[in-house]
Amino acid sequence: MKCEVCKSAEATIHLTQVVDGSIQKVHLCESCAAESGVDVNSPMSITDILLGLGGEPADLPPPVKSGERSCPRCHLRRVDFKKSGRLGCPECYEAFAEELAPVIRAMHRNEQHRGKVPEREQERMQNTLQAAELKNQLEAAVSREDYEEAAQIRDKLAALRATAVNEQEPSP
Amino acid sequence: MNTGQYIERSSAWMPSGPESGVAISSRVRLARNMADAAFPGWAGEEDRIRVWEQLRDLLPACPSIKNYQAAGMDELSGLDKQILFERHLISRELAERSRGSGVVIRDDEVVAVMINEEDHIRLQCIRPGLDIAAAWKEADALDSEIEGSVDFSFSPQLGYLTACPSNVGTGMRASVMLHVPGLVLTKEINAVVKGMAKIGLAVRGLWGEGSEAAGNMFQVSNQMTLGESEEDIVDQLEQIVQEIIEHERNARWRVLEADEHRIHDLAGRAYGILAHAHILTSKEALDLLSDLRLGVDMGIVDLRNECVINELLILSQPGHLQKQEGRKLKATERDIRRAELIRERIKASKNDLDGKEHE
Repeated sequence: MKCEVCKSAEATIHLTQVVDGSIQKVHLCESCAAESGVDVNSPMSITDILLGLGGEPADLPPPVKSGERSCPRCHLRRVDFKKSGRLGCPECYEAFAEELAPVIRAMHRNEQHRGKVPEREQERMQNTLQAAELKNQLEAAVSREDYEEAAQIRDKLAALRATAVNEQEPSP
Repeated sequence: MNTGQYIERSSAWMPSGPESGVAISSRVRLARNMADAAFPGWAGEEDRIRVWEQLRDLLPACPSIKNYQAAGMDELSGLDKQILFERHLISRELAERSRGSGVVIRDDEVVAVMINEEDHIRLQCIRPGLDIAAAWKEADALDSEIEGSVDFSFSPQLGYLTACPSNVGTGMRASVMLHVPGLVLTKEINAVVKGMAKIGLAVRGLWGEGSEAAGNMFQVSNQMTLGESEEDIVDQLEQIVQEIIEHERNARWRVLEADEHRIHDLAGRAYGILAHAHILTSKEALDLLSDLRLGVDMGIVDLRNECVINELLILSQPGHLQKQEGRKLKATERDIRRAELIRERIKASKNDLDGKEHE
């Protein structure tokens, strides 16, 4: 098999990655791999592979060169994250939610945390889980065309969101 | 910090625990971050120093910590960092850091908290043998105590938020260190490693890489941290490790049955060389200690002090040899000093090996 970049040398490095649920394979020769930053001699973290070459879903808009989107709190840019594979602060998870979703899906078993919850986060956690449950019920009601039930669930959801917002506002 | 006090005695995981013939130790590591600061890799030095000082002062007040030593990475010599690294108390990554990063170690070495490594807090608990649940219980308790005084960054969907998205959710990495000479002798280790990868567990050689791992020691750990509770991760890992242990024991008995002399020869030679050699490289020492460990576990070699092999695995490393000697040693000097140390310890814990063989 020939290298996909130079199309002349024999491909000796075969990378397989799952991006957004679909498997992508990349075949490279050693020198092209080295050029694109794949270090054959050091073990790669799954993050590096997922964020590195070919990891870009084709339909994402190309990154803006200057004035690129960055985290409003810590100012980490998308390129910084791609380079290090590390985020800058907790808020980056919201700022880059779109890019992170497929990465997190590929790395983990599930997208919803089910483990320990800090004492002071219990209420927020319960609201989130309750909202998720209501959303499921709403979808089920809509799919069986029970619009009366759906309307009731929608009102419950709205009420839940309103209390969540009220609780969040006074906190710094 | 006085690292000399560590090398005088054995670590908490060295004595025998459940299944310790195969499972050397179990470890649980939790990653946590403060809600009000950037992650260490992105934060400025001032922020890092603030977080380090806050946690250094706060941790000793936790009931789970009590007697401890703490040190900033800028306060430790290269040799002291190496000692802590060789004892699995800090990572290589933390050792490479300086001002604004540090470690708090409980005196029994069961609990160690790295501050400003990849995350603000990397808390670890080690137990001897296969006992991940106990390690988790202890880590959980300390985590809750810390949580009483600081706000951790947490999202109801993604759980604990970490610098690397591969750690979000529980932030937990549970691992077991395994000694599997039987699987290596029967060449079944590669299949086991592949099988583990398929079910989302990582296997890596403890010293060296892949099936070439020196000393036949491997670490098995969970990869995924989001979507399952800590208890589920612990239960699953414990169950799989139990299966590997079963597999390893079968492999050992099959090798023994196929060629009884081979295992006896392996263990006997290991004992002979370790008890009498005057020059030992670290690779040779690791491989022979592995053979001897196998012999002891299978009742071929009798050692009065079973934890001597675990101790020697740590004490015969370069940093420990130099600390004991009180000066820097060249590689050739280390090999001589290593052989001397092993000779003394092995002979001191011998139990009539010759008499038993002649019976």
